[in-house]
Amino acid sequence: MNPQSSSTTTSTEEAAAAQITGYLGGPARTRTRFTFWLGTLTLVGFAAVAALGLLAVPADDVQGDAVRIIFVHVPSALGAYAAFGVTAIGSLMWLWRRSLWWDTAAHAGAEVGVLLCGLTLVTGMLWGRPTWGTYWEWGDVRLVTTLILFLVMVGYLSVRSLGGDSASVATRAAVVGLVGAINIPIVNRSVTWWANRTLHQESSLTDGKLEDLTLFTLVLAFVVGAMAIYWMLIHRFRIGWLQRQISDRDLSEALRTRQAEAQQ
Amino acid sequence: MTIWRTLWRDLKLFVDDAALAASKDLRIEWRARTTLAQMLPFAALVLVLFGFAFDANRPTLELATPGLLAMTMLFVAVVAVQRSIAVESFDGARRMLVLSGMAPAAVFAGKAAAVAVQLLIIMGLLTVGVVVLYDAAVESILLVVATGVAAALGLATAGSLLGAVVAGAKTQQAVLSVLLLPVSAPVLVAASRAFGDGFGTVAVNGWSWVGLLLAFAAVNAALGAAVYGALLEDA
Repeated sequence: MNPQSSSTTTSTEEAAAAQITGYLGGPARTRTRFTFWLGTLTLVGFAAVAALGLLAVPADDVQGDAVRIIFVHVPSALGAYAAFGVTAIGSLMWLWRRSLWWDTAAHAGAEVGVLLCGLTLVTGMLWGRPTWGTYWEWGDVRLVTTLILFLVMVGYLSVRSLGGDSASVATRAAVVGLVGAINIPIVNRSVTWWANRTLHQESSLTDGKLEDLTLFTLVLAFVVGAMAIYWMLIHRFRIGWLQRQISDRDLSEALRTRQAEAQQ
Repeated sequence: MTIWRTLWRDLKLFVDDAALAASKDLRIEWRARTTLAQMLPFAALVLVLFGFAFDANRPTLELATPGLLAMTMLFVAVVAVQRSIAVESFDGARRMLVLSGMAPAAVFAGKAAAVAVQLLIIMGLLTVGVVVLYDAAVESILLVVATGVAAALGLATAGSLLGAVVAGAKTQQAVLSVLLLPVSAPVLVAASRAFGDGFGTVAVNGWSWVGLLLAFAAVNAALGAAVYGALLEDA
């Protein structure tokens, strides 16, 4: 690597950081003491879940080692629902209160939710291959509806990139967020509604078939997963908030420049 | 008594405004002949191409008829909604609509009704198409018609709502497809099952699927009526 280009990149990044700091009248960071310790604790928790899930938990009689995927699959699925719930509430509150705080929260929820929903689909397919003998089963309504929910929320992110002023983007996205939210109960209850058309098992926690250590690891995975989601949501929200402040500053600056030009 | 009179007056005003918005869009369509010139050849092409895709196998085509019919309606709905947005993209027409004083919910209902009428015309012609080209036999004409009406209402309400979301954006056509196709998946599933019962290819209770289609339309209509004003003002 060329040392000169490396130092140029660093100085450019530093200049950008200094410009943002100047714009905002303070350091442009998303980290606080709370999020630092939350993130650290989450990493330790992930290490514990990985150690327990991969080394201590015994293989399942029927599913074999594939059962270990539930420690990622189930928490990420519930996390995706929770994040999309944040998007739905944020969207509703934007339409009601017209507060950009809620719109930023909705955006953060959608990005985190899409990430987790994608992870749910991928881990589900990886689990399905050894267990069901196929990566994808069209007859399983929960799989298909989760994919539809994922695609709707990808559409939500597409709408956010359409451009326009903040209020316009927020309203457009809020409507798509609400349409997506209507899908959440359909996905969640689909096993019950279309019970004759699913390969999915009942809830792993409530069917009482899990071993003690497996159950403990799953509960730990839920707690650590919830912490990770909270950490991601906070950081994404703060990044979105900083982006808004910068674009507002840019707009004010441009208006001031035009006014100064007009007065000359 | 006064409350009922006020309610009746408001309802009449709503229906009048919705009829005005619907007749405006349909008159524009009638004069431009876009439905006939673009959507009908498009729908016919889809039917013919499916024939090739299934290796011109008549029994397979007969079995696939309900799904093909529902999917073609979905594709046509995307074109119809794009056209519905396009008629208001010039000469500040959208701004005029906001300033017209008509209730936004009524404008939404009118625009959705206009799209539904166009979809129904195409659906009628498509049904003739599958009977002639795929040798499909209609077992219950009433169920096929009811499915067509319910599916058209669902697609029109969801399409008009999402059409308003993307209206005025530079990449509106691509984003509309990205939004409308996954959201309309329940329509595709339910219409395929109900058409299947109507054409006698699937042994299900088609009327319960028609109920699901109507519920989908009702949810989207309620959501559209609630937020259309905000979308019009912010677009």
